[in-house]
Amino acid sequence: MAVALFLVFAVIAVACAVNLVLQTHPIASAISLIGVMGSLGVLYLLLGGPFIAAVQVIVYAGAIMVLFTFVIMLLNAGAEKKTGRSQAARFLGVPLLVILLGLLSFVIQNLLPPTETVKFGQFTEGSPGDVGRVLFTRYLLPFEVTSVLILVAILGAIVLARKELD
Amino acid sequence: MNFLLLSLLKAAVVAVAILTTLAYLQWIERKVIAHIQLRLGPSRVGPHGLLQPVADVIKLLTKEDFSPPQVNRLVYLLAPFLAVSLALTTYAVIPFGPEVEVLGVRTTLQLTDLNIGLLFLLAISSMSVYGVALAGWSSNNKYALLGGLRSSAQMISYELPMAIALASALLVSNTLSLRELVEAQQGYHFGFLPRWNIFQTPVPQILSFLIFLICAFAETNRVPFDLPEAENELVAGFHTEYSSLKFASFFMAEYANMITGCAVATTLFLGGWTAPFPEGLGSGYIPVVVFAGAAGLAMYHGLHPARARDRLTLPAVAVVFAGIAGLFLVPAAQPILRPLFWFVAKTGFLLFTFIWVRGTLPRFRYDQLMRFAWKLLFPVAMLNLLVTGYLVAVFAH
Repeated sequence: MAVALFLVFAVIAVACAVNLVLQTHPIASAISLIGVMGSLGVLYLLLGGPFIAAVQVIVYAGAIMVLFTFVIMLLNAGAEKKTGRSQAARFLGVPLLVILLGLLSFVIQNLLPPTETVKFGQFTEGSPGDVGRVLFTRYLLPFEVTSVLILVAILGAIVLARKELD
Repeated sequence: MNFLLLSLLKAAVVAVAILTTLAYLQWIERKVIAHIQLRLGPSRVGPHGLLQPVADVIKLLTKEDFSPPQVNRLVYLLAPFLAVSLALTTYAVIPFGPEVEVLGVRTTLQLTDLNIGLLFLLAISSMSVYGVALAGWSSNNKYALLGGLRSSAQMISYELPMAIALASALLVSNTLSLRELVEAQQGYHFGFLPRWNIFQTPVPQILSFLIFLICAFAETNRVPFDLPEAENELVAGFHTEYSSLKFASFFMAEYANMITGCAVATTLFLGGWTAPFPEGLGSGYIPVVVFAGAAGLAMYHGLHPARARDRLTLPAVAVVFAGIAGLFLVPAAQPILRPLFWFVAKTGFLLFTFIWVRGTLPRFRYDQLMRFAWKLLFPVAMLNLLVTGYLVAVFAH
């Protein structure tokens, strides 16, 4: 059951990701990206991380992608026009892609430490309580630093927006 | 019993109940608004207009299903589907009552209890913006686009104070599972005041409750926050170009979201299915008194009819209410019916508030709407969260 669900949602995620690149219209790409985020949420759920799955959907598929679609709608961005591709991309694109995939699989196969394959349902420490406890004890410093980083980003956005008003 | 079969059965019961409620909520809303405005409301189809929802459904189903030629077809069809399916998904986690035994089968009056139940609800509600936003965009119509834009901006803005208000209630209850949330609110202070989260120690969550309710109004695009469909400015807003069943889907989604909002407020702040005062003080007899009173009132007006047909319809209503009152006296049915009664009563009261507000308040201006969310609700919710967090840390553990 878990394997079947994994296959279904992995295929959906990859298909949406490919579609995201292929579509010319920004809204269609954004919808594909929502599909990717949603199926990633299901994959997290299968791996035993319900909290991460929910946050994935709330933050990425919900908040961030809503902002993306909102901006696309606000600017009323039209479909992109296809420009003639460069000669280099036409001839080198596919071979380079094959080389990249080959290198990646080689690295994963040989250089990374060998681990057992993931079994669905083995990991059970992904509940909100567990995540919270680890976040506020072992990873307290990275957590706080991240929040300061986000605060800096917010301040930066406000400063930029104010400049434009003057 | 087989888990799959039981789940299917429960899902079917909930689906039928919710869809009927959706149809009749529309009737109730029209009646209540009408009486607020000193009108009669629907009264032609069936006694007291009771068959009006059926007529509306038939009308919406048989209308011409027209798609304007300029729309982006795929997204245009996807939007109402998304809106209604996401709105109905939320009922999977809402607890309607405690664990009960029906015909020898022990089961909970809830479809499924997730340990991330509340996060699930937040996830679904954050996704439900897409139905409205994409509908507005794909219609290729400036009014629809403006409606969609307004609605997404509004839903993003009000989601923040809503989530923060939920967080402070969660601090008090210490769980994310909706069933455990209700169970944490059982019992009474001083023997009569319920331990609901709005009365909970160390910090009564009245402020969070009010913030949540206001945000629920905004999230469902209801008056006074119904700018996405402001008729005098935007024709009908995001669903201008929709007709027939596609239009009905948006309508259903709005009402389904309204019921979800009220049910979540009930579960989180008003103690879910728990009674407002202990059984020892006679809370078990309230439903009997209410239904018997309604039966008596209907019978009185049936015997002194204002219109000729009331002579037949009102006594029939009285018999139905008397039957329901009788059901509450059957000892075997009490453990199921009493929690259900309290849950429905609280949710129904909140739904009535939604309609009441629609009949009372004018619409906000757009800048007022945004200022209200960011400059008032958000800081108040944040302050409430800080105070709650501090007091919980000091007193509770």
